[in-house]
Formats: sequence, C-alpha cells, structure tokens
Amino acid sequence: MSGFAALVARDLRLAWRRPGDVAVVLAFFVVATTLFPLGIGPETNVLARIAAGVLWCAALFAALLSLDRLFAADFEDGTLDLLLLAPWPLELAALAKCAAHWIVTGLPLAALAPLLGLAFGLEPDALLGLSATLLVGTPTLSLIGGLAAALTLGARKSGALLALLALPLCVPTLIFGAGAVEALATGGDFGAHLALLAALALVALATTPWAIAAALRQAGE
Amino acid sequence: MADLHFLANPARFRRLSQRVLPSLAFATALMLAVGLYLALIQSPPDYQQGETVRIMFVHVPSAWLAMAGYALLAGLGASLLIWRHPLAALMARAAAPVGAGFCAVCLLTGALWGRPMWGAYWVWDARLTSMLLLFFLYLGHIALSRAYDEPERGDRAAAILALVGVINLPIIKFSVDWWNTLHQPASVARLGGPAIHPTILVPLLWMAVTLLLLFVLLVLLRTDTEIDRRRLENAEVPA
Repeated sequence: MSGFAALVARDLRLAWRRPGDVAVVLAFFVVATTLFPLGIGPETNVLARIAAGVLWCAALFAALLSLDRLFAADFEDGTLDLLLLAPWPLELAALAKCAAHWIVTGLPLAALAPLLGLAFGLEPDALLGLSATLLVGTPTLSLIGGLAAALTLGARKSGALLALLALPLCVPTLIFGAGAVEALATGGDFGAHLALLAALALVALATTPWAIAAALRQAGE
Repeated sequence: MADLHFLANPARFRRLSQRVLPSLAFATALMLAVGLYLALIQSPPDYQQGETVRIMFVHVPSAWLAMAGYALLAGLGASLLIWRHPLAALMARAAAPVGAGFCAVCLLTGALWGRPMWGAYWVWDARLTSMLLLFFLYLGHIALSRAYDEPERGDRAAAILALVGVINLPIIKFSVDWWNTLHQPASVARLGGPAIHPTILVPLLWMAVTLLLLFVLLVLLRTDTEIDRRRLENAEVPA
C-alpha cells in the first residue's frame, strides 16, 4: 500500500510542477463547450436542453486528451521497467496511475462543469447534479482511458487510436451521466442513474487494472 | 482441447486448410446460388413489407455473424493470451476485417430497408446504435492489431482489447436500450406481426448457413494468407 501511495504522490508532484499540462486540459474543456452555443445558436431553452450532453461529451474528450502521456513518459525514461520489476503487483501500480490521473483531471473537470452549466442556463439543482455525476463517472473514464493508453503504448499514431479504442467503451458512462442530469430536469429518477454510474465505476475498478497490467507487461517485453 | 493444440502448428493447419478449402468454396457457391434463388425468386413478398423483405435474407444472417465474429475474436484472444496459441493471433488478424465486413453489410442493408419501411435511412434505435458501436469496436481491434512495427505486439494488444470488448458488449447493449427508452419513446412502427411464416423462415435459415460457410471460408483463406505474410516477413531478416 505504501508503494501505491508513493506512486500517486509522485504523479501528483509531477503534475504540480508542470501545472500547464492540467491547465491545457481545462482550457480545452472550456473552449470546446463554448463552441456549442456559437454553432447551435443562443436560444436559452435549447442550450439548457442540450447542456448535460454537451458538458459530458466535452469532459469525456478532455479526459481522453490528457491520457496519451499517462504511461508514455514512464515507458520512455525506464520507470515502467522498474515498476515491472518492483516486488508489488503491477495491477496496483496501474490503479495508482489512473487514480492520479483522476485527481488531476476528473476532479477539476467536476469542479469546473457547474460554472459552464450556469452559462448554459441549467437550474441550480441540475448544476449540483452535473458535478455529482462527473465525480462518480470520471473515475471510469480514467480507468478505461488508462487501458487504452496502455494498449497503444509505443504504437504508431497512438493519440487518435487511443480515442478510437476508448470512446465506444465509454458510451455507457456517457449515457448514464448525461441521463442523470436530464432526469433531474424531467422529473426522472436521478438516484437510479447515479447508482448505475457508480456500478459502472466499480466494474471498471474491478476489471481494468488487470487488463492494464497485462497490456503494460506485453509493452515492457 | 487436444484438437486445438493439434491445430496450433501453422504448417499442420495449412495442410488441413488446403485440403478443405476447395470443397468448402464449391459448397458455398452452390449454397449461395440456391439460397439467392430461394430468397429472391421463390419466396413470396411479405404482406406488410412487400418485396423489401428480401433484404432481410442478407441482413439478419449478417447481424448474427457480426456478433458471432466478435465472440470468435474474444475466444482467439483468450487462447493467444492463455496458451500462446500461435495460430490464434493470425486467425484473429484474418477474422476481424471479415466480421467488420458483415457488420457493415448489416448496417448498410438495414439502412436500405429502413428507407422505404421507416421513411429514414437511419434512426437512433437501440438495436441500430448498438450494432454501430459493435462496428466501432471492430475498427478499434483492426487498427490496434496493425498499429505496431512488431506484429506480435499488435496481436497481443488486440487480444486484450477483444476480451475487454466482449465483457463490455452486454453493458453497452443494455445501456443503449436504456438510453433509447429514455430519450425517445418508440417513434418507429415496429413490426410485431405474427411469427415468421415457413416460406420466409426456410430461405432465411438457408442463407444463414450459407453466409456462415462464407464466413468460415473467408477466415480460413485469410488465415492462410496471414501465415504466408508472416513467413515472408521472417524470411526477409538478413543474416
């Protein structure tokens, strides 16, 4: 467990020393969402109707954007080889990397989303709901994205390939995330959506570390 | 299991496939000729769908084979990762584009059928959408297996992806069903209708068997080609 904490702390320290990387992801999130009112038109009722879907899609893209460097730096400078040789499970290391990624991108995205939701004319309870769904849903994105990052490690054209692999697998999270916020607006069952979102996160938590570790092992061979 | 390991040797697989392929090709061609006659000429037009029902004789088996094809990819992926079955990688590489092809045929014939019957080439129906996502999963598998300079790495990465994909398919299917009922209450007329009449069912099953043979034929043929290709690559290494 100390290894897990050390690895998370190391990745957080690295992110802290290069705050630009996180800022770029958040800036992308803001700019991408800003494009939708410009493209669709400024009618408030239309914007409020599509806000949840737009913000969730933009958060998904922003999370993926930052993923192609998740293992690449460690792969290039040899850290990955040390992790492979380390006396504790590689699955735990994979989980630590994804956890650090979530703290650095998922948390800020969830914090930033209500501000953008305000600009889209969402109601106060929908703003809170949006934040809650992103908090529960973004760990799944980090885990699935982490798997895609591990699978494409050292591949040609890895960035676009990563998105192609991860996006179809992220569809359930997107559906229940955006659906939950929509349920708040239409009087549906918000709690059921959130519970399903949490279930997806738990399934991802239980399965992806093994797959990521397998992918990293074959990358390290 | 012993039989599978018997086939693990590419040279042995090759001898067997060379023996099977000509008669399999002949049988497929014969079945296809009879099947197309049954489907296009002999079977009656449907009382509701009219002549467009004939599209179903290709559409439905393609959908079955597209789904079975992904299960095959997952099985091959498992045998590559667990037993390091050398032939499984080559066969997965050969089978993925064939499965994707059947998936594309299913989507295209569905669009052609949807235009006269539903009035639109595409609707965001749950079944259509999950088929499209299956097509994307195929594309990811094909792209990943060919994204590396060393083909063995691509094979193993794609095998892991196929296993993850097959676990996720039911989840995706379920969530798309949920999404569909959430966003649009059935906007398209569904043909609940009576059970399929034998005059339609017989050609349908006939075509299903025919296309299954075609699937097997294409996969075997392409696996042979992959064996050749891999040998060629290894032969080019300078001493």
